[in-house]
Amino acid sequence: MPHIKIENEFPGIRGLFLYRPVTAAPLNALVQTLLHNPHPTLSAGERELIATYVSRLNTCKYCCNIHGAIAQHQLGNNAEIVQQVLANPETAPISNTLKALLKIAAKVQQGGKNVTAEDVALARAEGATDIEIHDTVLIAAAFCMYNRYVDGLATWQPDDESIYDQMGEQRAREGYLTPPAKIKPKEELNHSTKF
Amino acid sequence: MAHIELNNELPGIRGLMAYRPETEAPLNALAEVLLRDDNNTLTRGERELIATYVSYLNDCFFCQNVHGSLAGHYLGCNIEQIDAVKEDFHSAELSDKMKALLSIAASVQKDGKQVSAEQIDEARKAGATDVEIHDTVLISAAFCMFNRYVDGLATWAPQDRQFYVNRAPQRALDGYQSSVFR
Repeated sequence: MPHIKIENEFPGIRGLFLYRPVTAAPLNALVQTLLHNPHPTLSAGERELIATYVSRLNTCKYCCNIHGAIAQHQLGNNAEIVQQVLANPETAPISNTLKALLKIAAKVQQGGKNVTAEDVALARAEGATDIEIHDTVLIAAAFCMYNRYVDGLATWQPDDESIYDQMGEQRAREGYLTPPAKIKPKEELNHSTKF
Repeated sequence: MAHIELNNELPGIRGLMAYRPETEAPLNALAEVLLRDDNNTLTRGERELIATYVSYLNDCFFCQNVHGSLAGHYLGCNIEQIDAVKEDFHSAELSDKMKALLSIAASVQKDGKQVSAEQIDEARKAGATDVEIHDTVLISAAFCMFNRYVDGLATWAPQDRQFYVNRAPQRALDGYQSSVFR
């Protein structure tokens, strides 16, 4: 049960957004800019993988599941790549640049001062640009916020994976600024979907 | 020296904001609504104190001095008194409600899941509302971002703490929307 009275049916940060619209606006604008808007070099899928990985390191179930689902839909419905990055970025089928950026993200998760000149030099040697390094640090830092916000108020974080898949598909397509679609539990989804 | 070439000489987060205006806008909008919007039952001074304390726990020199100076400005106390709060808020002259909220802030700084139902009860007993608890958690979480952003890119910070004290009154007037241009 959440620590405060949230009178809506939405899980995780979506419930908090509806509870406090005045803070939802800049929080949503930030995630839209960091993860969804066009980027000079990093794809939306790559940026979502950074967000997913940091959320896993912070053990935030809601954020890890929802950004994992968005990453999957941004990467051509490839769930495997998300699981491989979460299991071990070093052996995942991603670019060496992204591997170096994920190392920086992991350092940021522990504390900003943990990022060393060597970590940055390694990323540069793998072809990372200054903007990519900047955005990686800020995405990782931002998820140290979002994760604490979602967990710190003990929000509802569903177990049903199909909920994350529905929400992830919507966000990958529409970005972060549209209202959330009504979520359907798995049973209801099975009855209403014909393949 | 910063880890990336910022092409400006502004300190701390201001150098990063000038470097990347796309992310500057939502970051400043967030700081403005959390810390300075007057449609809030926590005073600006109380909210700046939460930001200062979390920045202290995260050992971010730039943020704890910027926000510590602003807290001092709003609360009418000097930097030594702010330092005393950071080091031991339990013994400071603060309301029981602020002490309960700072205790929640300290848990958020470690990990959101560290916030306990007992801490929430304590805050409620001391008169905290749900919105105040919400804002305390979000301010604390936000400074776990701002602090990591500032330190993760190894930005420079003026070492003379009087620099921050001198700037606080103007920042209080201008708010957080115009960092890039000053």
